[in-house]
Amino acid sequence: MVRMMQGHVLVPGMATGDALVSDEPLSFWGGYDQVTGEIIDRRHPLSGCVAAGRILAIPATRGSSTTTAVLLEAIRRGTAPLALLTARKDTFLTLASIVADELYKRPLPVVALRAEDYAKLKTGQTLRILADGRVIVSF
Amino acid sequence: MDSLLSEKDRATLHGEHGPAARMAMTVLVRMLPVFGAERFLDITAAHIDSTLFQGDATLEYAERLASLGARVVVPATLNVSGVDEHGWGAWHVPAEWAEKARRQMVAYQSMGCTPTWTCAPYQQSERPRLGQQIAWGESSAVIFANSVLGARTERYPDLLDICAAITGRAPAAGLHLEENRAGQVLFQLRRVPQYVQEDDGFYGVLGHLVGKEAGEAIPVIEGIEAAPTEDQLKALGAAMASSGVVALFHLVGVTPEAPTREAAFQGRSPDRSMDVTMDMLRAARRDLTTAQVESLDLVALGSPHFSLDEFRKLAPLVAGLRRHEDVRFVVTASRAIKALAARMGYMEAIESFGGTVTVDTCILTTPMLSPDVRTVMTNSPKYAYYAPGLLGTQVVFGALEDCVLSAVEGRVIQREGVWCA
Repeated sequence: MVRMMQGHVLVPGMATGDALVSDEPLSFWGGYDQVTGEIIDRRHPLSGCVAAGRILAIPATRGSSTTTAVLLEAIRRGTAPLALLTARKDTFLTLASIVADELYKRPLPVVALRAEDYAKLKTGQTLRILADGRVIVSF
Repeated sequence: MDSLLSEKDRATLHGEHGPAARMAMTVLVRMLPVFGAERFLDITAAHIDSTLFQGDATLEYAERLASLGARVVVPATLNVSGVDEHGWGAWHVPAEWAEKARRQMVAYQSMGCTPTWTCAPYQQSERPRLGQQIAWGESSAVIFANSVLGARTERYPDLLDICAAITGRAPAAGLHLEENRAGQVLFQLRRVPQYVQEDDGFYGVLGHLVGKEAGEAIPVIEGIEAAPTEDQLKALGAAMASSGVVALFHLVGVTPEAPTREAAFQGRSPDRSMDVTMDMLRAARRDLTTAQVESLDLVALGSPHFSLDEFRKLAPLVAGLRRHEDVRFVVTASRAIKALAARMGYMEAIESFGGTVTVDTCILTTPMLSPDVRTVMTNSPKYAYYAPGLLGTQVVFGALEDCVLSAVEGRVIQREGVWCA
């Protein structure tokens, strides 16, 4: 089965990979290990999952304003997710990707989905993100 | 969208105010629609959280801006850095980390920022006033500035706060605008006795609970019986900003935009209401402790940074006592407050107790602890929230007196006190 969703592009780019999905917001500072790409917030449902090399879907960030710095460092090291899907326009994730573009010419695709589309995402689905914000879900 | 930029914004974007201002304005302009804004407004002060060293990327960003000749155009205080510049050698900090974190400190200082090195700038420098437009980073400082001081800032992420300080501009959106500052969710304390509200841990526990329940909404809390101290408000905000996304709260009868419930909601009705009961508070308090064991390696106080008033309370508690040899005792504070504490005579008692005061940074932002620190005890809800993930330790959340007692006994002592069911 394949489903197509139209998302709102925050930072354009293409990516294909397996989805890692949660409906809980995440702080990257204290929640994402920039060396290994593992989610380390022990109170988060994705605790212990490695997001590097996958497409990470979280509704939004929460908590610390250092989330941007952690994500920027993960992008530099190559331990960031392949792309980010959110349910809201998240300023922290978008900023990290824009600065990665300005500093390293390596932006990370960031796309915000409508809540009803976001709710259909599930861990393990294969996702294809297109530069115009379309997301193709295979399951 | 370009048309809504001011003439000066456009000039900055085209490099007429130098390459650093152009880079800062480029980032700001790309972020403008993400904030849901069409234009910028002037800010008159900034607090820079980008000081935190998180690896080569944050250093390269700072040094890129510095090498392009960046200068801040508004007074800008600096948040904690990645290292206690002069004290790191006493801890477990790798020399390479210390050197890079120090270079990042130098870079931000070179831009004309004030080297306050604290997450609680409101303890020492000139405070923003009611209604003042500012751009602050550091979630616990943002929530304090918005809620307790009534200044207006969004929750600026690292990397963006410095762009605002270099250009003097911030997106005209979110909490900068009066209409977005109305309360949304009402929390009513139900049969929470005044003696509980006066307990050392109450505000941290309440903040942990409200932050979790409010999520992104602006909470309004009703039913506070005794006027909280500034340190209690600091703990309340820091806890909310850790467990939630809260950047502004209203405390009816206490905070400046909430003289009444109606004022807090700007005459609107709450989106939802929730009772806060003793059972919920007890559960939130338990949630802040992860340790199941009695053994203890470290007591850490001061997140956000310890205030002079907290030093005044701590000094007599530790006077004449000595910590257990297996338990280290660290207080994190700013240089300025540590110096004041020393002048007031509080440091002798803490030092003869075997305590250390670490400045410029905190246990979460510099790798100062050795890997054999497995259990940390603290009265800070922010340390309690983040230590398990960031440090991989277990944590015990306890009252200040219990933290001292545990350090002396060499094992966790967590008295139920007012929290007894």
